[in-house]
Amino acid sequence: MGNVILEVRDLKTKYVTRFHEDVFAVDGVSFKIEEGKSLGVAGESGCGKSTLALSLMGYYFPPLHYISGDIIIDGKNISGLDPDAVRKTVLGKEIAYIPQAAMNALNPTQKIIRFVEDVIRAHEPKADKKEIRSRAEARFAELGLPREVLDKHAVELSGGMKQRTVIAVSTILSPKVLIADEPSSALDVTSQKMVIKMMRELMEKGYIKSMLFITHELPLLYDVTDDIMVMYAGQIVEKGTAKEMVFDPIHPYSHGLMGSILVPEEGTRGTTLTAIPGTPPNLKKPPQGCRFAERCRYAKDECRYHAIVERPFGEGRSYRCLIGVDQLREVYEHE
Amino acid sequence: MSETRERKDFSNGPLCLSGRGVTKVFGIGDRKTVAVDHVDFDFHEGEFVSIVGESGSGKTTLSKLLLGLMNPTEGEILFEGKPRDISSGSKKREYWKGIQAIFQDPFSSYNVFHKIDSVLLDCINMRGGRNLSKEKKIELMTEACSFVNLKFAELTNKYPFELSGGQMQRLMIARIFLLKPRILLADEPTSMVDACSRATILDMLLDLRDETGMTIIFITHDIGLAYYISDTVYIMEHGRFVESGKADEVILNPQAAYTKRLISDVPKIHEEWDLSTVDLLSKEE
Repeated sequence: MGNVILEVRDLKTKYVTRFHEDVFAVDGVSFKIEEGKSLGVAGESGCGKSTLALSLMGYYFPPLHYISGDIIIDGKNISGLDPDAVRKTVLGKEIAYIPQAAMNALNPTQKIIRFVEDVIRAHEPKADKKEIRSRAEARFAELGLPREVLDKHAVELSGGMKQRTVIAVSTILSPKVLIADEPSSALDVTSQKMVIKMMRELMEKGYIKSMLFITHELPLLYDVTDDIMVMYAGQIVEKGTAKEMVFDPIHPYSHGLMGSILVPEEGTRGTTLTAIPGTPPNLKKPPQGCRFAERCRYAKDECRYHAIVERPFGEGRSYRCLIGVDQLREVYEHE
Repeated sequence: MSETRERKDFSNGPLCLSGRGVTKVFGIGDRKTVAVDHVDFDFHEGEFVSIVGESGSGKTTLSKLLLGLMNPTEGEILFEGKPRDISSGSKKREYWKGIQAIFQDPFSSYNVFHKIDSVLLDCINMRGGRNLSKEKKIELMTEACSFVNLKFAELTNKYPFELSGGQMQRLMIARIFLLKPRILLADEPTSMVDACSRATILDMLLDLRDETGMTIIFITHDIGLAYYISDTVYIMEHGRFVESGKADEVILNPQAAYTKRLISDVPKIHEEWDLSTVDLLSKEE
């Protein structure tokens, strides 16, 4: 067992609407990422994936509020810190975050080198300009980005190039955790592949120690991450290794998600995609029992009344459902 | 889990839309860009066609040409065997009764000042249903909404921006269901919605085709999606079709180097994803 880099214990956060209603967007999430590993988070729009990312990096600005739980990065608990303190001590150094539209974060009037200066000086106020440039050039060369990019403005770069530049700049201080929230969803397949290759290189060369990768593209998760967890209505409904999750999903929701995979391989054509009907529940008043029961084809009456806890099974896997593992496997087989 | 869907072969039916030497050039002199370069195509009635290409390959320009939003610089487009005439406003409107579109961004496809009812009523009026009774109109709208798994009773008196992206895109399909055009052009309709809604939308498009027999032209950069959904695939690179044919033939046995590259760039689950085919140092500009 490797060294645990990121450990999250029972994290709960909420949004407060302008009518003072609470929306429990992340509701009791726990997981661990070991050194050199990557974890994927899958789920539909609106199930709390992005809120989880924001909560992890301590971005508690209204309407997002912290309720309880621990976020431990390499032995240091950062939960409950003041957002300003988080920005000065944690962001960039311990955690780097790449949002989906990262390329739009670049100020069009500044050259790329200015962003590198910003990131480094936020943590080392006395850093010298020349030294920053040489560090940036070395890192860009390692990651396969041409050094001329440093003296360009954002508008001169293509979408894929911008996304890769943002990743290189935000990881320049070698953070321990990289949180990537749909980093390649807005790109075409070839640029996407370049972004993924670069993230792999970051891991292999040890510039980042672990990665949390959020996306709804399951084939991508399967190829990029070691483990996958599936999120639904603010909770983790299933955890397992990438292979187990794609070929042997247990929870009816993960099973439904895996049914919507599209790949250009033999056998995809002619099958019917199994979409999950309905929409995720309103988290202002989360259902009392299983949160997926309304949309589940296998739900029984008791599913709607019993609060469901995470149940471990197999080797390090867990799921959140009342029905037994073998029973579910059998049902899927007969479909 | 793998139910199969009956796929009829429409690729020998009567011609619906075809093009000969269609070209679009932007700019003049040294600064000219050939966006679409002498392409020929034949789309048959009831066929599900995909046009696949990367960003900048000319897909969207071609779709604008097909929709009649701009005229080709060279070549001609034939609609049901006759050269297309869109020289005046009324002729254009006549043409648009036969061809309709679903766009990439559902959030900017609707007029924000119009309620969902009026979006759907417009379609009924356009199909000559202006004098129908109110009950009949509501019945038609309810039927269209239930075709796309939406409930009209919940949508009435709402504005389109109150819906999620997936629901908006489905409402777009409900519009098409009411309009029943001969051709539907879908320009990346699923790239802004999540994988789960994507499956729903794709299945609805297939249902729509099976039910009404309309030709669907699907424009996408995702070759996996094109393989799943279409009968015929056209692969586009730098404004030209480099390969075309039946989906099975093109995807499972690609000939052009470009098609092979596109296929290798998509993450897969049953075989190794080869990352070495992309060179990080290659200049994209």
